[in-house]
Amino acid sequence: MTTPILQLDGVSTDIAQYHILHEVSLDVPEGGVHVLLGRNGAGKTTTLRTVMGLWKARQGAIRFRGDDIAKLHTSEIARKGIAFVPENMGVFGGLTVEENMRLATHDGSFDRERLDRVYALFPALEKFWTKSSWSLSGGQKQMLAIARAIIERRDLILIDEPTKGLAPAIILNMVDAFREIARETTILLVEQNFLFAKSLGQTVAVIDDGHIAHTGNMADLVDDTALQTKLLSLSLDAHQ
Amino acid sequence: MGSASSLFERLGGINLLPVLLAIIAFVLIGSPSTWVTLTVAGLAMGMMIFLMASGLSLVFGLMDVLNFGHSAFVSFGAFIAASVLAALAAWVGADNIALNLLAMFLAIAAAALFGLLAGWVFERVIIKPVYRDHLRQILITMGALIVAEQLILAIWGGSPISVPRPHFLTGSLIIGDISIELYRLFAFALGLIAYIALFTVLNRTRVGLLVRAGVENREMVEALGYRIDRLFIGVFVLGSALAAIGGAMWAGYETLITAAIGSEMMIIVFIVIIIGGLGSIEGSLLGALMVGLMGNYVAFLAPKMALASNMILMMAILLWRLYGLRPAVK
Amino acid sequence: MTDLAIDQIADPARGRTGRMIVYAIIGAIGLGLLLAPFIFPDVRSQEVAARICVFIVLVASYDLLIGYTGIVSFAHTMFFGLGAYGTAIALKMMGPGWDAILLGGALGIIVSLVLAALVGLLSLRVKAIFFAMVTLAAASVMAVMASQFSDFTGGEDGIIYKVPKLFSPATKLLTDEDGKVLRIFGVKANGKMAAYYFVFFGSLILYFLMLRIVASPLGTVLEAIRENEMRAEALGYKVVLYRTAIFCIAAVIAACAGILRAVWLKYTGPETTLSFAIMIDILLMVVIGGMGTMTGAIIGATLMSLAQFYLKDLMQLASEATAGIPLLPELLAPDRWLLWLGILFILLVYFFPAGIVGTLGKKGGHL
Repeated sequence: MTTPILQLDGVSTDIAQYHILHEVSLDVPEGGVHVLLGRNGAGKTTTLRTVMGLWKARQGAIRFRGDDIAKLHTSEIARKGIAFVPENMGVFGGLTVEENMRLATHDGSFDRERLDRVYALFPALEKFWTKSSWSLSGGQKQMLAIARAIIERRDLILIDEPTKGLAPAIILNMVDAFREIARETTILLVEQNFLFAKSLGQTVAVIDDGHIAHTGNMADLVDDTALQTKLLSLSLDAHQ
Repeated sequence: MGSASSLFERLGGINLLPVLLAIIAFVLIGSPSTWVTLTVAGLAMGMMIFLMASGLSLVFGLMDVLNFGHSAFVSFGAFIAASVLAALAAWVGADNIALNLLAMFLAIAAAALFGLLAGWVFERVIIKPVYRDHLRQILITMGALIVAEQLILAIWGGSPISVPRPHFLTGSLIIGDISIELYRLFAFALGLIAYIALFTVLNRTRVGLLVRAGVENREMVEALGYRIDRLFIGVFVLGSALAAIGGAMWAGYETLITAAIGSEMMIIVFIVIIIGGLGSIEGSLLGALMVGLMGNYVAFLAPKMALASNMILMMAILLWRLYGLRPAVK
Repeated sequence: MTDLAIDQIADPARGRTGRMIVYAIIGAIGLGLLLAPFIFPDVRSQEVAARICVFIVLVASYDLLIGYTGIVSFAHTMFFGLGAYGTAIALKMMGPGWDAILLGGALGIIVSLVLAALVGLLSLRVKAIFFAMVTLAAASVMAVMASQFSDFTGGEDGIIYKVPKLFSPATKLLTDEDGKVLRIFGVKANGKMAAYYFVFFGSLILYFLMLRIVASPLGTVLEAIRENEMRAEALGYKVVLYRTAIFCIAAVIAACAGILRAVWLKYTGPETTLSFAIMIDILLMVVIGGMGTMTGAIIGATLMSLAQFYLKDLMQLASEATAGIPLLPELLAPDRWLLWLGILFILLVYFFPAGIVGTLGKKGGHL
């Protein structure tokens, strides 16, 4: 087993006076898609935001390729090669699709080859390239948010509930896109949609009430219906 | 009703409001030549107010910081420009456009330089410790405004100071029975240049792109690898310099200034950015032009209601659009 | 025993001592104000005492907004002014009578209430900062209008008028057997004394009213909103309505304070009611005393008023002493009083945002 690309070691995060994460420890292996499952309010989003430095961990270490990044500024974490696709997608509505993409490049110019790859994954973006991004549909905005994360080569992409509010057909496209993206990078995916998660994930961690309740291979969880029921019965859409 | 509103949108929507205002005023005023004079005065005033308001609006959009001390830069700009012009009285009064221009340029440059430096100090000392705390932010920047006003009183004294206008900007342009003050044309032109420059920077450069993105979603810009706090200092300093330039122009426009200029302009600037919507320079321009025109028209039609009319305008627009005419996308 | 344990024991004790100090100061101020006509019979001290009474009410009502609800308004002087001008104009036009005070005061209160409801419902829906801007604009427009409609308001000069006969210095409240005005501890029981007690008890009633409001369910809801707006909204409280309600209440109380001020001064002008300088005084008093504490208003108003009356003399001396040095005399001139207050204010907000009462009563809960 190779060393994990991202390691959380006893991470606790507070928001105002509330303790949201309690000593979360988690290893994300390099390569492929890894899923963090949990109910609403379990601490999934907080975990991603803490890794990204948008909320600071009160204690614990966050190691990216062995370096502790817990104290770094968000922008420095980003420049180490971590991309973030937030739940609300973080698309700049007042900017065009092109301007959105351009901000995600390191020097303001596009690598032709990578851009073609983005176009191939998400043809809609090429079509609406010069349009204001507030005019895009929800699915297209999600594509733009993901495209921003891959227009430069990044080592780790954090994605928060990309399927939320999307039509099933679009979700299917998304599965293919993620498989393609995961060939060159690592994806840490936060999900509530178990069907989507199990079709992609290699490893899985389940978080509940700020604690890690289970970690293991996705295949094992898929086979073990009893464990699924125990971990996910509360409100996961296991039967979707 | 529906067709009327769609026609309104096709013709330019809310951008038409200043035009609409001008048309209504034309009917009420009756005399075309007076109307032209007032309209030019209103546009010139609007452009100067735009200079003062744009920085404040962007600063708010980018960092959620509202600087109640912003108008201190306006008043210092005005007094510094007045002092420079007084010191260069020989050049200012000379019948030589080059010397006149040089004096005017130096006065504005001195004000702008002050704005840059003082803005930097102000941001570091006053604003930075209270970035996320609105209540203390309001209180502290208000305190800074009081101190600034008192400093002006201590340095320049309490009596009004007269501001000499460069020779080539005195007098009026006469077309038929219409007379237009040259200084107003100059103020309008300068404001327009500033607007175009700002617009270009915001829309055509990478830094501008970052500012626009940052106004919308600060966190996401940081998650893409940029330091927004450094960007913010830049915008703050630039906004302060613009306010000082606005103050310098205003001094020449009023020709007689007192230390109260800061608090007076602050009210106008607030009304402008509430009308225009926070975080966008297009909104600031729209608001500034409307306030400038409204102020001049009403000052002619019902002198006592000039300031109150802008207040009423603001209330009406708040009722119609809670976030102003053109706020930045949030 | 560990340091931590010592802290835990020491802290409540310190909070308790602090609270005792605060109560002692409040008691002294209250007693001083109650007996002011006897202890400080000279005209200037009477003036200070009456000003303190009115400003305690004004500041406490402002604290309902800034401290208890977390909204910043710059329109408090507007309501104060409406109460004062309503009374003043009525007294001027109808002559010195109680009917004029009642009618003028009532009008001032009603206009305040309507304006507060309008501004509140319109702009409390959005961010606090927005509200601050709107109220600032409204207040300055009101000040400009007051100076422009000089037929009614006397413009910059203000209005001088007579008050009911009861308050005239020539009125004998009590007489001795010779028919002369009775002296109590050597102080004449004349109309001036009646006027002072009118102000004193008026202020006292308003102050107790505010204590009730703070302790009422409304006060609890407001604090919940201040602490966590989203949560309060989620619990089903209409945040805008509650905020507008307290804004209206504070406006009405400020207008009442304006009535008291107008009756006491027999003069109403921009300088005494509407000016931005007064708004700054209120802000300073609230912050010095301690936001979110009713007792803070008493300490803040008293300290600032005393300082304002007596520190200017000190500055005069300092200015004269430094006459040879450039700029320093100008900075120390009594007119530059606000400069130093402004600096003090900034430092206070940075380092002691809790104010005197908040700092003394640390960890001691509410006062």
